[in-house]
Amino acid sequence: MVRWGRVTGFLLIVVLTFTTIGLTTDNVLEDVILGLDLKGGFEILYQVNPLEGETITPETMKNTVSALERRISVIGVAEPEIQIEGKDRIRIKLAGVFDQDKARKLLGSPAKLTFRNMDGEILMTGKDLVENGAGIGYDQLNQPLVTLKLKDPEKFANITRQYLEKPIAIYLDETMLTAPIVKAVITGGEATIDGQRTVDEAKELAALLNAGALPVDLKEIYSNSVGAKLGSFALKNTVKAGIIGTILIFLFMIVYYRLPGLVATITLSAYIYLVLRIFTWMGATLTLPGIAAFILGIGMAVDANIITYERIKDELRSGKTILSALRAGSRRSFGTIFDANLTTILAALVLFYFGSSAIQGFAITLITSILVSFFTAVFGSRILLNLLVRGNVGTKPWYYGVKESEISEL
Amino acid sequence: MKLVNFRDVRHIKFDFVKHRKKYFIASGFIILLGLLSLLIFGLNLGIDFVSGTRVEIFIGQAFDEGEIIKELKGINLEPKSVVTAGAENDRAVLRYDKTLQKEEIAQIRGLYTEKFGEKVDVSASTVDPTISRELAWKAFYSVLIASIGIILYVTIRFEFRFAVSAIVALLHDAFMVIAFFSIFQLEVDLPFIAAVLTIVGYSINDTIVIFDRIRENLKYAKVKKVEDVENVVNNSIKQTLARSINTVLTVLFAAVALFILGGEGIRNFSLALLIGLISGAYSSIFIASQLWLTWKGKDMERAKFRSAS
Repeated sequence: MVRWGRVTGFLLIVVLTFTTIGLTTDNVLEDVILGLDLKGGFEILYQVNPLEGETITPETMKNTVSALERRISVIGVAEPEIQIEGKDRIRIKLAGVFDQDKARKLLGSPAKLTFRNMDGEILMTGKDLVENGAGIGYDQLNQPLVTLKLKDPEKFANITRQYLEKPIAIYLDETMLTAPIVKAVITGGEATIDGQRTVDEAKELAALLNAGALPVDLKEIYSNSVGAKLGSFALKNTVKAGIIGTILIFLFMIVYYRLPGLVATITLSAYIYLVLRIFTWMGATLTLPGIAAFILGIGMAVDANIITYERIKDELRSGKTILSALRAGSRRSFGTIFDANLTTILAALVLFYFGSSAIQGFAITLITSILVSFFTAVFGSRILLNLLVRGNVGTKPWYYGVKESEISEL
Repeated sequence: MKLVNFRDVRHIKFDFVKHRKKYFIASGFIILLGLLSLLIFGLNLGIDFVSGTRVEIFIGQAFDEGEIIKELKGINLEPKSVVTAGAENDRAVLRYDKTLQKEEIAQIRGLYTEKFGEKVDVSASTVDPTISRELAWKAFYSVLIASIGIILYVTIRFEFRFAVSAIVALLHDAFMVIAFFSIFQLEVDLPFIAAVLTIVGYSINDTIVIFDRIRENLKYAKVKKVEDVENVVNNSIKQTLARSINTVLTVLFAAVALFILGGEGIRNFSLALLIGLISGAYSSIFIASQLWLTWKGKDMERAKFRSAS
């Protein structure tokens, strides 16, 4: 007799699981942060060198990072990743579609502003400017220009007095922006830089000035840029591969293990969904090696199922009833799965600790996968199978891939 | 479809332990081959490990490699190699020994946009040699430290002999992949390292399951002679054979799908996984278990000798 209470419980769990998956999957896929290898973007690793006569301290590193952050906000990239690596390296990851050449230029340039006389002598530097005081304006001919505010109007008045009717060149790094002739003594503490061809150019310069000069010299030692199209190809291909691989695994499990195999496909679906969910919760970035680790994680989850089901088959062959075979099989396989997974987690932890950022992404995915698979493949499968067996569904050995002839007499 | 029930031990006539010397010789031979290849040809290191720049251009239509080289020569940017890639042969991968400046990459982009239109898309990666060497060392150290961690854990949970045998199998698998990539001169890049590390994880996982069964069977067996241990190992391998085969099969489904459909970026990665998975499944049965058996056997004989004398 089928006990409908248990079977209903089983069906309820299955329906609930799939409804949750169905209703929120779109959401999950939208929330997953894709790495730049999957959506385009670039990654730069800078070697931070001190400016003349200075040294690199954690303080200067922090200042450099905040200067870089302000510059990135100029480019308008959402969710930039900036990390300090070691003592003197900074890694920047920008994902998404934007003008990569321009971004590189903006990030790497020291943006040191100097005011020089005709002999190249530095009269004033960007440090004399009011922070965040640069903006854009227009001259009489409606040409865009950059406006500046000075910290010390007195100093600027003195300079303009000294160089009245003479040019003062304004340099951004070693590029001369303009060399206006001082027409009058400027006492109000406000100056302008003209010579900007477009409004955008003026905006960019103003933003650079506001972002401040980099307190250090940056040297690009690694860069990886991925075009948006190439990134989306990679994503599409990998996802396609993942789906087909998963379907094959599902088919195999159902054909070979029958009823437990079917349960495995349910728990595996939950597993895939949960790993993605956790990824969005953690705000982790999904990269190409990450997807690979994820697919491999499916393999690990299947392994836990296979180990359990083989044990159950074993117990059935030795003549136990389905229920006690299920109990003994689950119990005896647990230690094996535990040891095997723990050693793999151990290896992944070491990778995470010592690996570089790409390897770390891989390690995190692997660890998450194994932990989640423990819940779905071990506990999830056990609960579902138990409900079925106690509900008197699938009580013949055939449902477990065991032939009657193989069962030994007790 | 008729599926063989490997778990029904009575069906398996094969003696797994009898030929163990042959497995050692076979693996030793491949390792020797790999070592020779590494010494003579080395590894085909991608730009993740030697300095230089790799530029991938999506062109969106078929093109002529020779023409590309000629045009790049025209702007003084002749690459070391050009490879046609993509399912429709619509991508070019250029490799440079030197590090390209961003202006030069922009120049290349300009050249193709002008020729093939706005659909052109460019990816470029550049690495400084100091950083790449660091990467490789980091991966190497990681595996070493992971090995020590695994030895400790397995020694505590099982015994020292199991731990060392599992590590030998693990290094065996990692080396198989490296040897394969050296012999066929496939490009070694950063994802390759990730693949080798995955193999390390898989290999240990696969081995532990068999060891766990050996340990369990040892508890119930009356072990007096070396033959008794041989029987235990043989039975343990047979009992876990269905699991060993099915697990590697399912992981292979995923790896093969990645290899065929995954695209250029992870083709080498998935190939490394394929080789490693097969090696991992093989080594658990034919290397790790057999090593343990040989070692255990030697220790038993020594103990017997001592008690006799």
